[in-house]
Amino acid sequence: MKTKRESVKRIYGVILIVMIVMIGCKETTPAKEHNSVALPEKIIADLTPPPMVPKPVANRKASKLIVNMEVKEMEGQMVDGVTYVYWTFGGSVPGSFIRTRIGDEVEFHLKNHPNNKLPHNIDLHAVTGSGGGATSSLVAPGHEKVFDFKCLNTGLYVYHCATAPVGMHIANGMYGLILVEPEGGLPAVDREYYVMQGDFYTKGNYGEPGIQTFDMKKAIRENPDYVVFNGKVGALTGDNVLRANVGETVRLFVGNGGPNLVSSFHVIGEIFDRVHIEGGSVINKDIQTTLIPAGGAAIVEFKVDVPGTFILVDHSIFRAFNKGALGMLKVDGPEDKTIYSGTTQEGVYLPEGGTIQHLPTDKNTPKKNRVQTLDARITAGKNIYSRTCLPCHQSEGQGVVNVFPPLAKSDYLNKDVNRAIKTVLNGLSGTITVNEKTYNNIMTSLNLTDDEIADVLTYVYDSWNNNKTNVTAAMVKEQKTKKKE
Amino acid sequence: MYKGDKKAFFLLLFFLLFVSLNAQNTKMVLIKKGSFVPLYGDVNKKSVTIDAFKMDIYPVTNEEYLSFLKEKASYRRSVIKRIFADISYLEYWKNDLDYGENNGKAPVTNVSWFAAKKYCEYKGKRLPALDEWEYAAMADQKHRDARTKVAYNNDILGWYEKRNTFNRSVGQTCKNYWGLYDMHGLIWEWTFDFNSIFLSGESRKDRNTDVSLFCGGASVNATDLMNYAAFMRYAFRSSLKANYSSRNLGFRCACDVK
Repeated sequence: MKTKRESVKRIYGVILIVMIVMIGCKETTPAKEHNSVALPEKIIADLTPPPMVPKPVANRKASKLIVNMEVKEMEGQMVDGVTYVYWTFGGSVPGSFIRTRIGDEVEFHLKNHPNNKLPHNIDLHAVTGSGGGATSSLVAPGHEKVFDFKCLNTGLYVYHCATAPVGMHIANGMYGLILVEPEGGLPAVDREYYVMQGDFYTKGNYGEPGIQTFDMKKAIRENPDYVVFNGKVGALTGDNVLRANVGETVRLFVGNGGPNLVSSFHVIGEIFDRVHIEGGSVINKDIQTTLIPAGGAAIVEFKVDVPGTFILVDHSIFRAFNKGALGMLKVDGPEDKTIYSGTTQEGVYLPEGGTIQHLPTDKNTPKKNRVQTLDARITAGKNIYSRTCLPCHQSEGQGVVNVFPPLAKSDYLNKDVNRAIKTVLNGLSGTITVNEKTYNNIMTSLNLTDDEIADVLTYVYDSWNNNKTNVTAAMVKEQKTKKKE
Repeated sequence: MYKGDKKAFFLLLFFLLFVSLNAQNTKMVLIKKGSFVPLYGDVNKKSVTIDAFKMDIYPVTNEEYLSFLKEKASYRRSVIKRIFADISYLEYWKNDLDYGENNGKAPVTNVSWFAAKKYCEYKGKRLPALDEWEYAAMADQKHRDARTKVAYNNDILGWYEKRNTFNRSVGQTCKNYWGLYDMHGLIWEWTFDFNSIFLSGESRKDRNTDVSLFCGGASVNATDLMNYAAFMRYAFRSSLKANYSSRNLGFRCACDVK
């Protein structure tokens, strides 16, 4: 009965279309595309996990686009040794990248995996309509909800879960980006990547091992333990660096899921040639740092002219150093010394007057006797360590996972004392392996006297299960003269 | 003789009393009358009064549900009508009358509201009302109302983030003030009026469940913005329909005090 009625309807429909076509033919002017005309193509959207981005879509006509998004609650690594239960769109943090074009009609399927504990929904900032889709998509575990929307505005938009308590759903990783390309698309570039910042709040402090659960109090106080790109510390470092070649143009789709912090997005050693401010249509040029609000995004583009490793950071810089907001773009290719020369000269600086001026000292205080006991030298070394080394190598010499190598029980340290002295004297950069993990970072040369270097190293060797080498000022001097040769 | 008779009589009385008390206690405990302010519900955010009622100590287990299905053929997986239970009803069971490798002492899940309600009726009981459930669940081991206690909230929130707790045996979490087990830490539970919260009352007449529970909207009518655990329970219930079933959703029964 039903099918009969439908087929009758279909016949009427066909007749109607034929009539319209006939009228169109008579007028001989081509029928103009109109919004109310049903879109011809039905396409299943290609979704990608970060840092990948689906291929451009603007060379196709506006279509009916089917997006299949599955919500998965899953355990993942925040940093080595620390696990966290993430709630995800599509199994990654941030969630799968959705690429659409203006005029697309999206049929959104939100599926909640049966083993999940919680209901979820989705609020896409690209949606014009109640709740950005959230009102239509609250879905229980083991169920699926479908809703349609039309892409009316171009730009880069955040999507996120909006189920109560919304902050917790976002804090557990439920956010991602959806791009609506303009007619004709964005200009072609060589590389496109997907980077999204987020702040995480855990029971234990940064690096405290084991399964860490969400800490509601810290979240409400807006005091995160982790601020990271792409859901974890080291998602964009080590083997996971973003890559490009000299001469290529890189486009980063950068989002900020929050839930709380605003990002001062910066790439060390690059200038953004173009920034689509806040992911919209206005383009600003020659930008050093662009502000990305929580629940906002930006498209940044730049040509890489010289090789090197360019560091992506939130320039609220303690987040980068101590909380994980650090990624890397590695650019290979020939150097161009006219753009960046590298160090061309190195020498001693003698200001006018010949020598470094000392503050007058009280004549009554005896000159420091350098014939000190080992204990006194270790105490002195500890103080030097606290003000010079601790910010990176941390209070117990544990370093920062994937960023700063540990000094505690460090094979690299214990193996070669002269190498350690040279490192403090001259600084160190490039890849090293410490306790079976690789680090690629820069330690600057430190402005310390021979005695100070000897004391601080003796302290380090004496602490945290190291081999108790006693480093003397003479040993430091020896390395210093070697350097000059 | 006389003395002995009297003694025997008291002994018998005592025994009978013990037996009858025990019969009640093995399955259900008394939840005394009281009042509390639920997270959502009352228009004026005033307290609601809960009359005394009795509640199952444990959620209904696979074993218990199996014995119900042996009697009630129409609630078996292969024959139950789709309007009473969706396609995932008892989806993890091996077949109609076999829960397979699953733990018999674990709570039965993937049951619809209709099936849960029928089970309770079959036992001469009913599903607890939403407010009754929340009232009984706000206790920790020592307090009737532990909702402001940090440890209470942390424990529950911790569970929401643990995965696959549904196959543990009932009765392994802490016993609460009333003598109930597993109100938190094992599964979600059906309540009789699970979807009642936003559907009536003049101040919310054109709200529906979804509208009120997304984004900041959820905070508008709530009485305690720090009670994240309760937010999650209410959000979960709002996502349900009566024929839904879910791997983390089971039930227990209640009854009036006569």
